[in-house]
Amino acid sequence: MKLPDFTYAAPTDLRGAISLLAADPAARALAGGQSLIPVLAFRLGAPSMLVDLSNIADLDKIEVNNARLRIGAMARWAAVAESPLVHTHHPLLRAAISHVAHYQVRNRGTIGGSLAHADPAAELAAVALACDATIIAQGPQGQRRIAVADFFCGALTTALTPAELVIALELPCMPTDLRWGFAEFARRRGDFALAGAVVHFSLDAAGAIINPHIAGIGASDRPRRLTAPETVLAGQAPSLAILRAAADVATAETDAADDLHGSAAYRRSLAGTMVLRALADACAITLP
Amino acid sequence: MPTLPIDCTVNGAATHLDVAPRTILADALRQDLGLTGTHVGCAHGSCGACTILLDGAAVRSCLMLAVQAAGHAITTIEGLSNPDALTPLQAAFRKHGALQCGFCTPGMIVTAHALLSANPDADADTIRDMLSGNLCRCTGYISIIEAVLDARAAYQEARA
Amino acid sequence: MNAPLVGQPIERIEDLRLLRGAGCFTDDIAAPDALAAVILRSPLAHGLITRLDTEAAQKLPGVVSIITARTIGMPVPTIPLRLAPLAELVPYEQPVIAQDRVRYVGEPIAMVVATSAAIAEDALDLIELEIAPLPAIVTNDDAAAAAALLFPDSGSNLCITYTARLGDAAQEFPGAIIVEDDFSTQRHTAATMETRGLLARWDAARGHLTVHGAAKAPWAGRRMLARQLGLDEFSIDMIAVDVGGGFGMRGEFYPEDFLVPFAARHLDRPVKWIEDRREHLLSANHAREFDAHLQLILSPAGDILAVRGRARCNLGAYMRANASIAPRNVAQFFSGPYRIPNIAIDTDVFLTNKTPTGTYRGPGRFETDFFRERLLDLAAERLGMDRVVLRRRNLITSAQMPHPIATVSAPVKAEELDSGDYAETLDRCLGAIGWDRLQPLRGQRINGRHHGVAVGCFIEGGAAGPSEHARLELGADGMVDVFVGSSMVGQGLETVLLQISADALGLPMERLRIFHGSTTYLRIGFGSFHSRSTVMGGTAILNAATTLKEAIRAAAGRRLNCAPDEVLLGAGTATNPSGAIVNWAELAADVPAAPGQFDNHTHTYAYGAHAAHVGVDIATGHVEIFD
Repeated sequence: MKLPDFTYAAPTDLRGAISLLAADPAARALAGGQSLIPVLAFRLGAPSMLVDLSNIADLDKIEVNNARLRIGAMARWAAVAESPLVHTHHPLLRAAISHVAHYQVRNRGTIGGSLAHADPAAELAAVALACDATIIAQGPQGQRRIAVADFFCGALTTALTPAELVIALELPCMPTDLRWGFAEFARRRGDFALAGAVVHFSLDAAGAIINPHIAGIGASDRPRRLTAPETVLAGQAPSLAILRAAADVATAETDAADDLHGSAAYRRSLAGTMVLRALADACAITLP
Repeated sequence: MPTLPIDCTVNGAATHLDVAPRTILADALRQDLGLTGTHVGCAHGSCGACTILLDGAAVRSCLMLAVQAAGHAITTIEGLSNPDALTPLQAAFRKHGALQCGFCTPGMIVTAHALLSANPDADADTIRDMLSGNLCRCTGYISIIEAVLDARAAYQEARA
Repeated sequence: MNAPLVGQPIERIEDLRLLRGAGCFTDDIAAPDALAAVILRSPLAHGLITRLDTEAAQKLPGVVSIITARTIGMPVPTIPLRLAPLAELVPYEQPVIAQDRVRYVGEPIAMVVATSAAIAEDALDLIELEIAPLPAIVTNDDAAAAAALLFPDSGSNLCITYTARLGDAAQEFPGAIIVEDDFSTQRHTAATMETRGLLARWDAARGHLTVHGAAKAPWAGRRMLARQLGLDEFSIDMIAVDVGGGFGMRGEFYPEDFLVPFAARHLDRPVKWIEDRREHLLSANHAREFDAHLQLILSPAGDILAVRGRARCNLGAYMRANASIAPRNVAQFFSGPYRIPNIAIDTDVFLTNKTPTGTYRGPGRFETDFFRERLLDLAAERLGMDRVVLRRRNLITSAQMPHPIATVSAPVKAEELDSGDYAETLDRCLGAIGWDRLQPLRGQRINGRHHGVAVGCFIEGGAAGPSEHARLELGADGMVDVFVGSSMVGQGLETVLLQISADALGLPMERLRIFHGSTTYLRIGFGSFHSRSTVMGGTAILNAATTLKEAIRAAAGRRLNCAPDEVLLGAGTATNPSGAIVNWAELAADVPAAPGQFDNHTHTYAYGAHAAHVGVDIATGHVEIFD
């Protein structure tokens, strides 16, 4: 499992990186490498050149402007999880990161790399979807903002055009009274989740759920929002019965396929269970 | 195969290497520097045996290109060992029977060292979580967790 | 005399190097002059090779050679059975490289030797391989239905049927209760942390081959390799270094154990092969894939009268060196520690297009123990009896030993359980887990977890013969070097055998050095498998120690002018009746190396009981082990 041959460049500015990628369609960007290097080790890819983004200044900044949390693409998981800004403004993201891979991978993997890799089982993709995030990309034609709902096109496929790079993720800061929950299930700690769910909502003055957002992990061939359970929850007071009803439609809405790890039926059932558990967590309801 | 020159620090010593871009750091450490304590168990980021410290943070040296070490400080198990005595972590592993074949052990020690250096009060759950990226086939992990818990005292003292 | 070291918890001596990363595993051996080998493996489970063109790959700069069946000369050698060989199994032995047909994903088709492993892997992509697919036989049912035959000449995918018999299980059992069910165990594989690896060097001038990376049974491997290469076995040295886990998988003779030394000799260059994780999963022995339909027949009072039924082994594509052990054991050890007077179990061994299987951690026993203990739980339920009471009632007592167990067909060897107190281990186990306290939890749902509590009893064979060998040498520095045929597979062998040696010689462990597992140390040895290294190697050392002490007494007697039996041996000293002392170091020149041998033709059976308390999250299927 030796990597295929390639050339290597580590430009110090974004423009340089983009022009290297634009000049050679077989060149690939290297962020944290925690997914890309295994892909190469299995020789599932054969890039002519790796353009390492590590030396580009300021690509790992974490900041808050106008009630939006902006995380640079090269921010590593460990840095994001430890950031006081993330702690204050996005406890949901912080909770999700504790489920991302393993300690060593979190020290090296980046949020931009995760988004661009677009694994359907990625925690960050589900958080971004549930939180109406915006992905900021830059390519030869300049910078653009992509709504996360338009970003994930399929397994390992995104809306990025050739030579375009994710440079930041922008998330609306979470209001302090936002209710949220995160749940995922993997056979072993740190494995890719077989299913997971990210939920958040607010409660109105009467205690009814408003503006529910739910995203599934591993629930489809791509990271996806689950709208059917949102509809079930909207306007309802939290109760075990209504959570179960939401979980049931989440199961129905999931379109997971059979794979080595389990049958489609198992995965769908698991997706519903994860939605139930994340909701119960958000509502502080103890499941029997 | 064209190589790239890099300068880095390995176990405290300024080190120059000429490496092919595709060479992973684990192979460069093992083959070019003879630091064979860093073991490659899977070469794709699953087992943790190749864990090293990169500027003090535990990372998998199979998931890094050697050229990416340029300008950074690398510490391997050899850099965390001395010939005179076992370190507190090593002694705790020995005392608790936290190794059998010993192939995963360098990665375990390096990871546990990084963890306890940052968090000398880590509880069993934290230790279990942080070591979840290091696989062991022999021990069943219980003795490893006990050893790391036992070694905390030395890190707590070092902090004080 | 200090307290014996055996039985004391000793901090392991091997830990001192392993904890510092200073062990030496196969890939740690510095060999800058070695070429790297990688293997082209079949991407298909079953098919006929219609094209194998290595020309483009051969031209890649850095590629030295590409070895195929044609290079070796057809028919290529096959890998013989090391354990329980039978003439009827010979047709199913694995060839060291595929010739015209592939039978599992991962089967070697070609080996590229190049200046680096990376270049050799680049060359793999340039080899043009075409395989005409044949139907893949995956399950035992597929094999029985025989839509395709793995070995067309044999006319069937049934490789062999082993029968286990005791008494007459076919008789009528009037009034008896019959409990029966279908069982299966899924495939496992060893997945040792260190993958396999070999480094072979050929010395053309001496006609001598040195192979690093041996483990488990180096002398047997040497015999097989010598025969395949047409060399005298003493022209080959098999060298063992640190081993990152054995589990029964490592150290058996695999295709690479031929291919790598062959390449070194063929090219007259050192060749290193380090298995990668993917090929480990594809090519190292798998294990455990069995299904069974079994009937347990009991009296209404709960006495087991008989067991009968059929098990099926999904063997994989070939009968590998130790592959007959698990199917034999599934049949033979169903009875475990229980009194079952009538036994008739047949095990059908089916060839399938999967990775071939071999021994792995109690081969066959894990499987059959599960079948039996589950049947006992079903029987207890049916009889309305407590599970522990039913087990205790049927455990063989010390007074009933020696007790025969079933005899397996071909090769036939009667086996008996010679000693033990099975009820004692069951009681201790129940006490240790707090069985009575746990009983009320069984079947309860607490905090979303369904609690399960179970206990099972087992026996485990050990001490396989025929013999083990050792040699002790007293050096002029007063150190005693211990040479032994047992091999280290990561189990702490060095410490255990030095404890035994130190006690036997009355020396502190620091005065001993151990050398093990390489053919260079002893002319003959056997190794570490079947829970034998301590029993067999340790006893060979004890015998050698007796001889060494006699030699020291004789030398001391001559030096101190007394009869050998008047010499009193201390920790490295010898004293005569008048108190004159000589150190062992001073006698070294007069003390010949002391050989020791231990022969054993009777298996011993260890025994025990396991209990577990688990919680099952039925919404996810997650099983949590509480105790």
